[in-house]
Amino acid sequence: MTEAQFLRRLVKPLLWIAGLAPLAYQIWAFQTGHLEAEPVKGMEHFTGRTAIIILFIALAVTPFRRFTGINGAIKVRRLIGLFAFFYALIHFSIFLVFDLELSFGDLVTEVIKRPWITVGFAALLIQAVLAITSPQPILRWLGGKRWQFIHRGVYLAAILGIVHFIWSQKKDISLPLQYAAVLAVLLGLRLVPRRRGA
Amino acid sequence: MLIRRPPGIPTSQITDERLFWNRRQWLASVGLGMAGIASLPRLVEAQDSLKPTAEDLIISYNNFYELGLDKSDPKENAHFLKPRPWSIAVEGDVKQPAVYDVEGLFKGLKPEERVYRHRCVEGWSMVAPWLGYPLRDVIKRLEPGSKAKYVEFYTLLDPKQMPGQRRGVLDWPYIEGLRMDEAMHPLTLLTVGLYGKVLPNQNGAPVRLIVPWKYGFKGIKSIVKIRFVEKQPVNTWKVAAPNEYGFYANVNPTVDHPRWSQARERPLGQFTKIPTLMFNGYADQVASMYSGMDLRANY
Repeated sequence: MTEAQFLRRLVKPLLWIAGLAPLAYQIWAFQTGHLEAEPVKGMEHFTGRTAIIILFIALAVTPFRRFTGINGAIKVRRLIGLFAFFYALIHFSIFLVFDLELSFGDLVTEVIKRPWITVGFAALLIQAVLAITSPQPILRWLGGKRWQFIHRGVYLAAILGIVHFIWSQKKDISLPLQYAAVLAVLLGLRLVPRRRGA
Repeated sequence: MLIRRPPGIPTSQITDERLFWNRRQWLASVGLGMAGIASLPRLVEAQDSLKPTAEDLIISYNNFYELGLDKSDPKENAHFLKPRPWSIAVEGDVKQPAVYDVEGLFKGLKPEERVYRHRCVEGWSMVAPWLGYPLRDVIKRLEPGSKAKYVEFYTLLDPKQMPGQRRGVLDWPYIEGLRMDEAMHPLTLLTVGLYGKVLPNQNGAPVRLIVPWKYGFKGIKSIVKIRFVEKQPVNTWKVAAPNEYGFYANVNPTVDHPRWSQARERPLGQFTKIPTLMFNGYADQVASMYSGMDLRANY
């Protein structure tokens, strides 16, 4: 099996299954009454955490590639990043439908008035830009340098996502701080100096 | 105490559930008529129209940080708490200061069932059939003095029974307080039961406060001390986040929490929201206590 075949026949199907598994779980929980007593809050937390975790996996691709030398890993980064955006979008849609009851006026008010929603919404918009500019033809049209500059926005989106998570908490922020620690490691790995000739 | 065990009612005497929910029609049909019902006290009328939230939800979704931070933790950790024997210290400006056994404190009083709306500051709500004693009846027999302007309540401090207290999430023990007129209001309940049974540990056994027109966090659980004081008590959530939680904590759809609107609420188990009512629907009974007060400043 060539590398291309390995990717197409094994890695990508597995990624699709893994990427859709959290959604399948939510649908199952919804159908069978396994959501918690505050079903909307439960779905919001679950999809929000899922979005952040998948974004972390996307952010792990570059360090993984560098430290293992498996360069082919770059070929799945786009798919993983799109899954992260997909869950952020579901997370936002649940908020829009069930909390704001589709009132776009309320959406504007909430985004302006509540800092934790402002940062979450900003993270979503950044990811939307990254998703729209992710196809190969757009990369070529933009040119590698410009494309890379835009896509460095992923760091900002991840940081804003964590801030959104921390500010959403009532009192105990230990869980979002664990997430923040993981993000710090992922970003920190990028600062490890490259050896000459490596 | 009357309700220590579920009473041994023969099944032949239990009202058929369909009959219970349609009791107004039934009363009308047996000739009492709507005129007779209309003359019942307003309080009874108000609570008759409320349909209680499923018991399973009320006892499995709890904000009780002393038994864990997640809503499902208190039920899981409930076995740590030993609600009997239990004593309650009465202190401060009062004629009968003493340490009372929990049964002794209520001796001679009859527990009442009160079906109340319960609105959490987080935006969810439920309707619970509590069983308890009006706080005013207890206070009257303790005979507070003229300097008793407020009543202050303390939760048990014991990390062995309350494993959540091993983490400094809040300043333990949990403290809450009421102004004397609020404490003496007939709606205010020292609660010992739920759904006709002894109060489950995760809901604040053996005795907790229920103040139905205030956000749920005012309803301090597992009370071990009641103090009659002159100065406004400093309640735990106000210490934890003074910009988010105040002393009064009256349910008010027009005053936002800094992070969310309080205009609407979501009943437990449901996807859609319903409007939040001023003073949680008890405005007729309690609004006069706050007339002339800036409710935006005194949140």
